[in-house]
Amino acid sequence: MNRKAKKNVAETTAQSIMTLCGVLAIFAVCSITVYMIAKGTPAFSEVGVPELLGGTVWKPTAAEPSYGILPIILTSIAGTAASVLIGVPIALLTAVFLTEIADKKLAAVVQPAVELLAAIPSVIYGLLGLMILNPLMYKVEKIIFAGSETHQFTGGSNMLSAVIVLAIMILPTVVNVSVSSIRAVSPSLRASSLALGASRIQTIFKVVIPAAKSGIMTGVVLGIGRAIGEAMAINMVAGGSVNLPLPFNSVRFLTTQLVSEMGYAEGLHRQVLFSVGLVLFVFIMVINLVLQKMRKKAIDHD
Amino acid sequence: MTKEGTLSLTTHRKRRSDSALYALIYLCAGFTVLLLAGIIIYVAVKGIGQVNWQFLTTVTSVLKGTVGIAGNIVNTLMIIVITMLVATPLGVGAAIYLNEYAKPGKLVNLIEYATETLSGIPSIIFGLFGMMFFGQTLGMGYSILTGSLTMVLMVLPLVTRNTQEALKTVPDSYRHGAVGLGAGKWYTIRTILLPSAMPGIITGVILAIGRIIGESAALLFTAGSAKALPKTFEQLFGKIFQSGGTLTTQLYLSATSEGDFETAFGIAVVLLILVFLINLGTKRLAARFDNTRERKTKKDKKLAGASEE
Repeated sequence: MNRKAKKNVAETTAQSIMTLCGVLAIFAVCSITVYMIAKGTPAFSEVGVPELLGGTVWKPTAAEPSYGILPIILTSIAGTAASVLIGVPIALLTAVFLTEIADKKLAAVVQPAVELLAAIPSVIYGLLGLMILNPLMYKVEKIIFAGSETHQFTGGSNMLSAVIVLAIMILPTVVNVSVSSIRAVSPSLRASSLALGASRIQTIFKVVIPAAKSGIMTGVVLGIGRAIGEAMAINMVAGGSVNLPLPFNSVRFLTTQLVSEMGYAEGLHRQVLFSVGLVLFVFIMVINLVLQKMRKKAIDHD
Repeated sequence: MTKEGTLSLTTHRKRRSDSALYALIYLCAGFTVLLLAGIIIYVAVKGIGQVNWQFLTTVTSVLKGTVGIAGNIVNTLMIIVITMLVATPLGVGAAIYLNEYAKPGKLVNLIEYATETLSGIPSIIFGLFGMMFFGQTLGMGYSILTGSLTMVLMVLPLVTRNTQEALKTVPDSYRHGAVGLGAGKWYTIRTILLPSAMPGIITGVILAIGRIIGESAALLFTAGSAKALPKTFEQLFGKIFQSGGTLTTQLYLSATSEGDFETAFGIAVVLLILVFLINLGTKRLAARFDNTRERKTKKDKKLAGASEE
């Protein structure tokens, strides 16, 4: 009897401990959300919502400080959009190659390459961008803006470099998700298309990709989330002045704003940085929500 | 299927757009491979000369004239150990709850939603949260501990999901068999389910270690950037509560504020070797895991076939 009671105690403690572990994730997400909102909102009331979100001048340390983060928000949106526009087609075609065209030998080269690209730490992408892309951009910049008096030369640390680094960094994410969704397309669809006389390329682009569309879109949204949240790599190549997101401008993203100023900011300046964090967090939560909806829809379809 | 025949009925005009698209597809796949090769070669050429015994075992010091990353290696290892000591039981526990105890319903949906969300939050937000919560509210400041606890939140979804996947592949007959023999749920989990799910758990842990090694934004805000090497055991222990920069943090600082690109590339070589080894390790494990699974399903099928007869 005693032994049985002991056993029951062990069983119930185990169950409650496991339940606690399970609930921890909810607790973590809630506390992150609460903290981001609690720390991010005071600056909004102090600076004013229109001045903060709509202001175009960022001078946090001036005698009369100005905290406009509109150019930063625009840079993050434009940078993410541009990197997705460049990265997704390359990733999609690579996924097509892996699933529809490559034989086993070729796939055995490309597949690990994609996996290893995903494993490379972002600081290494930043370092390479700094050493390879920036000098290249500087050359292009000197040719394009030769004789221009208004252009502020950046030495190649500009928006375009950041976009290229981001496009490369989202590549593996989009490839992996696209590969699994293309693999899930039923072989009978391909066979019917080929039997009707369509060429292999026509089958791929008119039948297989449309059938895998929802999965590919999930990959794109994941890529967007990765691009908008990336900080270190683009902080090393984007220059770092607050400017409008033009290709050859030195720019700041929401993330790089935090990386470069969090270390020394004080008072209201620091609070505004938390607001920048909150804006980024809102973007991420919206993207997460969209992802959940897409996944749920995919499951319902099955 | 696309082979051209000699009969007029089956010969078809080669569509020009087809060849163009073929070329484009090959180009993109080639780009991916060349990109990786380029990165590896560039980093190796620039950095391999920097990596030697002294670089790995000393600390950069103007006085002694040494350049080294030993302090950063120790910091990285400490963060990995502390993070995994906390995150592994929590992640495995969460997976056990989701897979073995919980009944499908609102709570499970909420936990899975939270886990998904957690894995979608970028590291810089974790860094901000870690700095505010562990660093300021709990008063741990910039320290290895702050960094580790922040990383726990980041790697939790990885461990949970991999364990969950592994638990799902354990056949239900094991559970029924154990219950039939009079074992309690916890006893079954401890002695049967967890050992069967071990490869999946280990895969999750290794993936998490890879994530920690590559992480920089979250750790810069929480673990700081100190690079001193602890000399005694007490110093090593005390280091937990002090600032400590990892390899990635040092790479970032070397390449930006310190302008020391030789060190940066040296660290890059070390990092690349580490992440590639980890990639190889998880792949090996996954392959082994798959094999056992296949064998099992074959056996299951045979059994099923026998019972039908």
